[in-house]
Amino acid sequence: MTDWLQHLLILPILLPLAAGAALIPVDERNRMLKGLFGFGSTLIVFVIAMILMRIAANAGNPPGTGIYQLGNWPAPFGIVLVLDRLSALMLCLTAGLALAAQVYSMARWHTAGHHFHSLFQLLIAGLNGAFLTGDLFNLFVFFEMMLAASYGLLLHGSGPMRVKAGLHYIAINLAASSLFLIGVSLIYGVTGTLNMADLATKLATLTPDNRQFVETGAAILGIAFLVKAGMWPLSFWLPPAYAAATPPVAAVFAVLTKVGVYVIVRLHFLIFGAAAGASAGFGQDWLVAGGMLTIAFGAIGVLASQAMGRLAGYSVLVSSGTLLAAIGLGHAGMLAGALFYLVSSTLTISAFFLLIELVDRGRDAGADVLAVTMEAYGDFDEDEEEEEVGVAIPGTMAVLGLCFCLCAVLLSGLPPLSGFVAKFAILRGLFDMSGTDLSAAMSAADWTYVVLLILSGLAAMIAMNRIGIRTFWASIEGTVPRVFVIEITPVLVLLAACIFLSLQAGPAMRYMQATADDLLNPLFQSERVLSATRTGGQ
Amino acid sequence: MELILSAGIGALTASGVYLLLRPRTYQVIIGLSLLSYAVNLFIFGMGRLRVNAPPVLDPVGAGDLASYTDPVPQALVLTAIVIGFAMTALFLVVLLASRGFTGTDHVDGREQRHD
Repeated sequence: MTDWLQHLLILPILLPLAAGAALIPVDERNRMLKGLFGFGSTLIVFVIAMILMRIAANAGNPPGTGIYQLGNWPAPFGIVLVLDRLSALMLCLTAGLALAAQVYSMARWHTAGHHFHSLFQLLIAGLNGAFLTGDLFNLFVFFEMMLAASYGLLLHGSGPMRVKAGLHYIAINLAASSLFLIGVSLIYGVTGTLNMADLATKLATLTPDNRQFVETGAAILGIAFLVKAGMWPLSFWLPPAYAAATPPVAAVFAVLTKVGVYVIVRLHFLIFGAAAGASAGFGQDWLVAGGMLTIAFGAIGVLASQAMGRLAGYSVLVSSGTLLAAIGLGHAGMLAGALFYLVSSTLTISAFFLLIELVDRGRDAGADVLAVTMEAYGDFDEDEEEEEVGVAIPGTMAVLGLCFCLCAVLLSGLPPLSGFVAKFAILRGLFDMSGTDLSAAMSAADWTYVVLLILSGLAAMIAMNRIGIRTFWASIEGTVPRVFVIEITPVLVLLAACIFLSLQAGPAMRYMQATADDLLNPLFQSERVLSATRTGGQ
Repeated sequence: MELILSAGIGALTASGVYLLLRPRTYQVIIGLSLLSYAVNLFIFGMGRLRVNAPPVLDPVGAGDLASYTDPVPQALVLTAIVIGFAMTALFLVVLLASRGFTGTDHVDGREQRHD
């Protein structure tokens, strides 16, 4: 392995950090230039993420691959970056979403405030750092970096709505950060290590007293991530904040909740995996119950939403809940499907957030309220709209409508697109483990999950149908929104990625399966991190 | 010493949480600050309380672990303090912006009606 490839691992953090810093002094009038510069930086990160994905596929072979020792100290003492299939996957997903959102923002949204592109780069740096780090406290630092940038981005464009949502968002996240620190320091106080891999090996040897402290610490830590992931009682901040954010920001925020889910996945399987002795599977029941309540809450929210922004916000919750409960149920077969669902649902929701503003441009806000009210009290103008047959459908509306339909199909998980493949894979994993006799092997929780998963799809379909009909077929004013090509292209690209994911579901699932196998074998991972030696002599 | 520290952390946390749940933005920011002080003390306490033990190696004396305190929590506390400062400053700006937009310092941007 050459030196050049060795250092590739730090670039997804350093490059956006440097780009973000470099963009700050540039005058705001050169917005387009800044945008293109930022786009170039993200594009390079995307390419690197693709290469890293290739490297991760044969991680640990040769030994030491995919471990980057910052400061060249070996693992339990120095801070390490760890690359595996899961982190490479998340890097790719983040960079892909960021590219789409950046192109979209260059049409008009980046003019709404200052330093949009700098903040965007810093957000990417923080996200990538959180995905790559192998150290708990370093995770906190990258988390804060990501959050600080996200505060700025949420407030981008200003206005009373955004400031109010931002105020709540910041207060919640600051409180969660305090919990994060308490959890981390409690774990350090007992085990004497912050390295995740080291922690995994230490946990099995703890005395029962100390084990209690570590579990308490992990639970407090978990709450901090569940706030981020939007688990039910901790998620009331999410829909207003996401609906208030500008569209390109909301699109990339779709991956922020997945950071919470990612950390839960990582810690759950690494620290409380099969090797953890008495602590194995700690907190699973909470994840299952919380996840299912989140699905239910999200589905009800989706049905009750009057505006599309809210609907998308609640869809984020449904997606988080589905993932959390799938992790909690803990059947080995479900994990690969859940990871596939993570990628598919994040792409879909991002595309939907970008699409909403384009569709909403031509309508007034009252129409949404009217739509839900009409449904409740029955349609009162059913006969009046039949005379307009034969009016040519403008091209813009056709493209927007098509994108909307694709989003609806993906969100509700209808065949043939990737939303269906993902849910099918999750359910197959659930049924598979029970062998021949279904009723005996599946617990009540499993069945509840199956029902909720299918009902949440139904809720999404009903809500999307209602809003779609009101918007595209029965819009009251019928003005055609003016849409730029660079605004609709990102939406099309994200949806195309979902279609590609459906077509290439076989290879994609094989990758997810390999990722899941890695996760379920945490000791191999620990070995890999701890055995990595220093480079370049003594 | 342990008793004083834990009582201090407890008092700070309790008042922090109480203020965090109050309806005025100023109370919220003070609450968050108190919470972060409590957390910083807690992290510090996780390195065990030692008196007259330096966290940095003495260049002359031989390395004996018993005569040193754990340096890691001190480094963590430093990081946490810096990040906490930055976040408080940022929150203060948003607080002022909210006051400017809505004309009230209520966290929901409007006064609650007292019927």
